[in-house]
Amino acid sequence: MRRQINILTNTDWFTVILYLFLVAFGWLNIFAVNYSPDDGSFFKLEHRYTMQLLWIMICLIMILVIFLIDSRLFSFIAYPVYGFSIFLLLVVLIIGTAIHSSKSWIMLGPVSFQPSEFAKLGTALALARYLSGYNVKITQTKHVFASLAIIAFPAFLIMIQPDFGSTIVFGALLLMLYREGLPGWILIFIVLVAVLFLAILMLTQFVVLSILGGLGIVLFSVVARKPLVFIIALLIAGAFSGSYYALSYYSVFETKNIYVLLATLGFVSIVGLFYTLIKKIKGTTLIVLAFYLSIGFTYSVDYLFHNVMKEHQRNRVNVMLGLESDPYGYEYNVRQSKIAIGSGGFAGKGFLKGTQTKFRFVPEQSTDFIFCTVGEEWGFLGSFGLVLIYASLLIRLIILAERQRSGFSRIYGYGVISILFFHFAVNIGMTIGLFPVIGIPLPFLSYGGSSLLTFTLMLFIFIRLDSTRKAYLI
Amino acid sequence: MEQFANRKNIIGGIILLVGLIFIVRLFFLQVVNSTYKLSAESNTRRMEIVYPARGLIYDRNGILIAHNLPSYDLKIAPYELEEFDTAQLCEILNIDIQKLRDEIKRVKQNRNERFNPIIKQLSPETFGKLKERQYKYPGFYFSIRTLRKYKREIASHILGYVGEVDSNDIKRDPYYELGDYYGVTGVEYEYEKFLRGEKGRKYKLIDVHGREKGSYKDGKFDTDAVLGRNIVLTIDADLQEYGETLMKNYCGSIVAIEPNTGEVLALVSAPSYNPSLLVGREREKNYKILDSDTLEPLFNYSTQALYPPGSTFKPVNALTALQENAVSTSTTYYCDLGYYARGVKIGCHSHPSPLDLEHAIQHSCNAYFCNLFRKIIEDPDFGGVEAAYLNWRGHLVSMGFSKPLGIDLPFEKGGFIPLPSYYDRYYGSGRWKALTIISMAIGQGEVLTTPLQIANLAAIIANRGYYYTPHLVKHIERIDTIDSKFTTKHVVSIDTSYFKVVVDGMDKAVNVSGGTALIARHREIVICGKTGTAQNPHGIDHSVFMAFAPKDNPQIAVSVYVEHGEWGSSYAAPIASLMIEKYLTDTIAPYRKWIEKRMLESNLLKVE
Ligand SMILES: [Zn+2]
Repeated sequence: MRRQINILTNTDWFTVILYLFLVAFGWLNIFAVNYSPDDGSFFKLEHRYTMQLLWIMICLIMILVIFLIDSRLFSFIAYPVYGFSIFLLLVVLIIGTAIHSSKSWIMLGPVSFQPSEFAKLGTALALARYLSGYNVKITQTKHVFASLAIIAFPAFLIMIQPDFGSTIVFGALLLMLYREGLPGWILIFIVLVAVLFLAILMLTQFVVLSILGGLGIVLFSVVARKPLVFIIALLIAGAFSGSYYALSYYSVFETKNIYVLLATLGFVSIVGLFYTLIKKIKGTTLIVLAFYLSIGFTYSVDYLFHNVMKEHQRNRVNVMLGLESDPYGYEYNVRQSKIAIGSGGFAGKGFLKGTQTKFRFVPEQSTDFIFCTVGEEWGFLGSFGLVLIYASLLIRLIILAERQRSGFSRIYGYGVISILFFHFAVNIGMTIGLFPVIGIPLPFLSYGGSSLLTFTLMLFIFIRLDSTRKAYLI
Repeated sequence: MEQFANRKNIIGGIILLVGLIFIVRLFFLQVVNSTYKLSAESNTRRMEIVYPARGLIYDRNGILIAHNLPSYDLKIAPYELEEFDTAQLCEILNIDIQKLRDEIKRVKQNRNERFNPIIKQLSPETFGKLKERQYKYPGFYFSIRTLRKYKREIASHILGYVGEVDSNDIKRDPYYELGDYYGVTGVEYEYEKFLRGEKGRKYKLIDVHGREKGSYKDGKFDTDAVLGRNIVLTIDADLQEYGETLMKNYCGSIVAIEPNTGEVLALVSAPSYNPSLLVGREREKNYKILDSDTLEPLFNYSTQALYPPGSTFKPVNALTALQENAVSTSTTYYCDLGYYARGVKIGCHSHPSPLDLEHAIQHSCNAYFCNLFRKIIEDPDFGGVEAAYLNWRGHLVSMGFSKPLGIDLPFEKGGFIPLPSYYDRYYGSGRWKALTIISMAIGQGEVLTTPLQIANLAAIIANRGYYYTPHLVKHIERIDTIDSKFTTKHVVSIDTSYFKVVVDGMDKAVNVSGGTALIARHREIVICGKTGTAQNPHGIDHSVFMAFAPKDNPQIAVSVYVEHGEWGSSYAAPIASLMIEKYLTDTIAPYRKWIEKRMLESNLLKVE
């Protein structure tokens, strides 16, 4: 079944326009960060804005190339592209150049390239190809493991570079697996363990335990279907810790906050357990047990990290997590980033008028922290608009993905959505202090050729697939 | 519709939720919360404190004593630090690598510490070397201060020293901030408000590397520093230096006052120290050394040491007795090598007898003054010992005893003249009489005075009955007046007419054969003086002398204390006469050179 159709009329121009807008807006902000009155000639590749313009040109050419390729080809080349990106990841480990102590760049003359960016494209293609295969069902365990292996292989190679930010981006593909039928609880479980693991390493034990306790009590009352339980549990916890503090205040004994918290949580959970047993409520026992397991997990990770690991191993983990690699101190980036965004106010300071931007208070501002410039110079209106446009793009892509007739196109589409969404959420989340600082770029806006090219290829392969959705059924 | 198609809604929902969370957060960050605006401003602004130079200190003749040298503190802006050649920097600074690391760590860990210099008071050479290479060490910058420099390394006890404020000082006076300097003692302390000037503030725009990008809002908020006011001391630098030289082998003091103004011409406390020792990086180390010295060089003997006045007190009793008509100038008493009465025995030396008041002062006859003192205390007009004693004490107070005179130096002592209640406690109420306290007649016993008070007594006698509170500052720049307490004439409770006999007696003590202080005699200048011996229960008595000169129209009044000098005539009198001669004639006459030589060559410090 083949119908000859005009590619141009079937191209989703809405997505293309959003893309062009984001790239152009991104470039303006890169210009704002890097421009200086005494820069001299515009046409010098040492200026980041000129360099980025060159990359935008290259991207436009690549878009043309994509539109000239028969869209059926993408499915065929999925595995070769994946294989090639794995090859590049191996190459970079051997001949790569280290920037910020992570060996992730291949230098080719004046051009530097990050294979880890390219690997995102390869993995999305390969996974789409695999899952769209005949008789492959993500609900079956062996296919789940095969899919996870496709994701884990490049992720592992990137982890040992080490580049923690790029590594966890691959975890975003779980969202794509979820759309294709991965049981929801696996997703939730993996996300929870990952979040807990990160929280243990990044937050203090006290905070982690408090969050776990709060979460446990909320879940408990939800499952028990008794909102009152929540309030009663809080009262018990308050009374217990209160009396503890009172005793230590009158110097009956001295204790650390963490012990008070542990004792309180222990007490409340045992009360909860008895309550469960007496009332014979289903499921709540499981929550208490899960709670105990989480605390056990917390302590074992903590123990592993502080007692079993050697100093240099610990440092490596910290560097991997981006925790102590920052020469200005961990807090500095986020603080300056929030100051930049916050000082933008409602309408912003205006293009090229941001003092945080002009005087370079935020490190990495044209790459990972480009959103600061948006917030500072364009204000709430600008950042609101950008979030809106980004969300629109993602929702639009869901609509596109859902209208695909071929499994490959749809699954690939969700791969693109997952990766873009993850970058969007983590990048903006970290600049406004909602997420730990993990250095990954904001797609289409951040400075950097590899990432711009990869995301452009990724998006336009999907747009190309979409433009011929009616023509072929693969 | 395949099985999992509805999951698109969940994924879409997650995306919208995240978008919504971001927008709410951005709204609070950008619209609701306004503190970030201020932070962004303060980020790009650096306040620099401009420290004014401290006021200069001159002597009465315009000779510069203390001025300032620039000094550079090294500070760091922790967030602007980049990798640098640690070894090279340490070599320039001449410090340990570990110490530099610790300092950087300290500043990094505590934001408030960043105004604290990591290295204080770099030498000019180090500063020069570092300034040349500053581009190599981003994040390091300097702040300029001034340090005292002494053109004449004298008068350390008068000048005091400048130190760093502590947290108490900051609490007391909000003008000060951590790291500021202020006068800790001496004139530097008393006239701090004038000497310090006013700090200025400059706001500069800076980029993240601390590079200046111009002034903030065109300097609208800048304030200029106001230079410290210069101060002219009443001290004669040459006389002061001469006095310090004379005293270099002794423990004690010299106080010289211009009688008709109360201006202190020299205030020597020995042992002294070089004021430059308490400047800059070495200050704390040197302070500890001076502080632990058993001779107490930091102690100001001239205003803080308390001694029994000894025979220099006899003129006081003479004046009081004349005022109260207890004796007249013609009253004579016999002396048989001492005074003997009902269990009291006070010895005297051999001299002609009987003596009238004038000659009693000339020969410093103990017996005469014991008789005279009894007459004062047993004066029937008062109807009792206590009332008579109180009246006598009142005359002393009017002459500046028993309380600090109020010189412009901190920690001045006031001395001690007992109140009747003191004796009541000691002997029982009404159970003490003139004989009980007879040692007061010759300035021994419970009475204690400072060398400054004795110099002031000399000034009172020179002025024949009045004094101005001794003071050290003659002029403050841009103020043109000094504290009115220094220009208020204090007239003592003794009539001018009674001073003649005392002055004549003191004249004879120096200038007539048989006087106690013949060694102080000068052929051209009529010096009037009175020797004394301050009893020392711990060892050899102290040598005391007070004098003024010339007899008519006096220009200088002096008190000299030489600890363990035994007789007034042995050390104190020659030194006082040399001071007077130096001040009045600017030189030492050849026939008196031997006295100067002997004073310079003797050494009483070794005795310790
Ligand atoms: Zn006698």
